[in-house]
Amino acid sequence: MLEIKNLHVKVGDKEILKGLNLSLAAGQVHAIMGPNGSGKSTLSYVLAGRAGYDITQGTITYNGEDLGALAPEARAAKGVFLAMQYPVEIPGVTTMMFLKSALNAQRRARGEKELDAIGVLKIVRQKAATLNVSEEMLKRALNVGFSGGEKKRLEILQMKLFEPKLAILDETDSGLDIDALKLVAEGVNSLRDPSRAMLVITHYQRLLDYIVPDRIHVLAKGKIVAEGGKELAKELEAKGYDQIIKDAA
Amino acid sequence: MSSAADTKNTVAALGEKYKYGFVTEIETEKAPKGLNEDTVRYVSAKKNEPAWMLEWRLAAFKRWLDMKEPSWARVHYPKIDYQNAYYYAAPKQTPKLQSLDEVDPKLLETYKKLGIPLNEQMALAGVAVDAVFDSVSVATTFKEKLNEVGVIFCPISEAIRDYPEMVQKYLGTVVPVTDNFFATLNSAVFSDGTFVYVPKGVRCPMELSTYFRINASETGQFERTLIIADEGSYVSYLEGCTAPKRDENQLHAAVVELVALEGAEIKYSTVQNWYPGDENGVGGIFNFVTKRGDCRGDRSKISWTQVETGSAITWKYPSCILRGDGSVGEFYSIAIANHYQQADTGTKMIHIGKNTRSRIISKGISAGKAHNTYRGLVSVLGKADNARNFTQCDSLLIGKECGAHTVPYIESRNPSAKIEHEATTSKIADDQLFYCLQRGLGQEEAVALIVNGFCKEVLQQLPMEFAVEAQKLVGISLEGSVG
Ligand SMILES: Nc1ncnc2c1ncn2[C@@H]1O[C@H](COP(=O)(O)OP(=O)(O)OP(=O)(O)O)[C@@H](O)[C@H]1O
Ligand SMILES: [Mg+2]
Repeated sequence: MLEIKNLHVKVGDKEILKGLNLSLAAGQVHAIMGPNGSGKSTLSYVLAGRAGYDITQGTITYNGEDLGALAPEARAAKGVFLAMQYPVEIPGVTTMMFLKSALNAQRRARGEKELDAIGVLKIVRQKAATLNVSEEMLKRALNVGFSGGEKKRLEILQMKLFEPKLAILDETDSGLDIDALKLVAEGVNSLRDPSRAMLVITHYQRLLDYIVPDRIHVLAKGKIVAEGGKELAKELEAKGYDQIIKDAA
Repeated sequence: MSSAADTKNTVAALGEKYKYGFVTEIETEKAPKGLNEDTVRYVSAKKNEPAWMLEWRLAAFKRWLDMKEPSWARVHYPKIDYQNAYYYAAPKQTPKLQSLDEVDPKLLETYKKLGIPLNEQMALAGVAVDAVFDSVSVATTFKEKLNEVGVIFCPISEAIRDYPEMVQKYLGTVVPVTDNFFATLNSAVFSDGTFVYVPKGVRCPMELSTYFRINASETGQFERTLIIADEGSYVSYLEGCTAPKRDENQLHAAVVELVALEGAEIKYSTVQNWYPGDENGVGGIFNFVTKRGDCRGDRSKISWTQVETGSAITWKYPSCILRGDGSVGEFYSIAIANHYQQADTGTKMIHIGKNTRSRIISKGISAGKAHNTYRGLVSVLGKADNARNFTQCDSLLIGKECGAHTVPYIESRNPSAKIEHEATTSKIADDQLFYCLQRGLGQEEAVALIVNGFCKEVLQQLPMEFAVEAQKLVGISLEGSVG
């Protein structure tokens, strides 16, 4: 589903990804771990198509298509979803209104029929309940004044609403209490599907107790430096990045 | 209520940038070009006006000859040649019409394109429309229903003939004839406009609405509106404006006067969408408007809400004179300037009575090479004990070549006054835009959504029917501002 080859990415004049390779098949859940500043969020932004993150070398192929050539909204319509590390506030736009506009924009781009307000409300309510997202939150301006945990839960709600094909979760577990962590993990697990792939970026082995990954990649200094099965997370926890990176070298 | 999606659809359906850029081919009767005493007499004669009205106009014209065009606003435009315009244009069509069926079908077609619901649907929507086509009011509906409760809602030309005492009593008492260059010009040559009187204790049973439209080429449009809310009454008035696309600039200099007597409330909403000129700044309306409300009675209230998306130049300061004790003035404004548009707009709140309160919420959006200025005055006079004002001015910039300017003047001659002023300037952040795009919204849709969010406090003030239209306009007028 996703094939990244020798990816080099510059932000401004600074090269941040320096020859990254990664391959993710449909139906799989992979985790990416790595020290602060290693380029994890950068990778997620590049996959989603954020302006200013320039691919200088290498390729990203998504379902046989050159992902780099698509506008971010076109990627979204084709099933790319990024749960952001820092969800953004949009004052004056109610969460519900945002969800409806976004869902219908994606549907329109795919040539599907748009849903009316009541139709969207029904779906949203049902998904919101499983994530403990209150009706009151849906009426408030998007992410404005939401707690860290509320913002993250709303990201997962959107993931469930849009039903993406490739979901990238950038530190969705950071800042969550243990109950919220379980809710989020359940949300992710409920979306596990042979047609869907997920890339879970995290610092904590704890999350991977709930979302068991098929594979773990260690990202350091803009490259994947180590890979392994789910046991790699425990090893990382025990030895720390430095040792793992040295071992791999 | 997905504004963004609706906007997109509307835009797609339009196929061109300015929806209302069509010209109706109707035989037009015009006064000879130019402006002199004869022009004033011509306009007055066309309206079958009584002598006092002509005298009033001529006096105004005399004063105007000695006046200078104001230059303090932050707007730049080529010198207007007042002799090179027509001051009166009426669709040829007499005598008076009894019903809509008698109206020129082409005219009705125009209204249809404008989306004015001048038909049965309107009844359902509960809107009465006094449509001003160029200078003559063409059709007034719902008169009867309004008659039942004694509300007068008619073209001002009619009011001058039918209710002369009332017009004489109030005309020019809020905006004096000599108030400013444009108001004086208007006083001399105003062609038509709207008159509203709401009797004591009456809550007007429907929103009153007038659509203005400049059709004839090289015509100045000078409407005059006078609204009087008698003691304890309430009225909500909506004004929508639009003008066809033309390469030359057209002048529009309206005067609106509101009078609220004791305990009365007037809510005045405007969605102004005159032709803004093209992407290169060619053409567009010069909009020099004087709007003022007088809270003449105790505990009266006047509330202005405006959504200004059109015009090449906007020069407009809807104001409140808070004369009555405990009176309240409000000003809610959205001003959008894109491409080469220039907007200099704001309000004046003059606190004269005790315990008067005013509230100003201004949202200015600049894009392209446009400049947007908020200019406001809060003045508390010596006897206005315990006057309160709250002002919030937010500016949003889209792109690097536009400008936002805030010019608040505050004068207080009473130590008990409490005046609060907050101002912010922001940009649409890259991360906000990216977040929207990542969730599937297109660039323009995302901008429309974010800007509508930015304007929410003002949009909320509009009556429902207008709010939806205004949200769409926000999106349409910012097209091409990003990317
Ligand atoms: N716009 C930018 N300009 C300059 N440097 C940037 C920019 N964005 C990111 N960087 C740098 O790129 C590097 C990678 O950042 P990134 O956010 O991808 O790291 P990360 O692995 O997600 O870290 P964390 O675990 O702290 O979230 C960092 O050194 C960061 O400072
Ligand atoms: Mg990060």
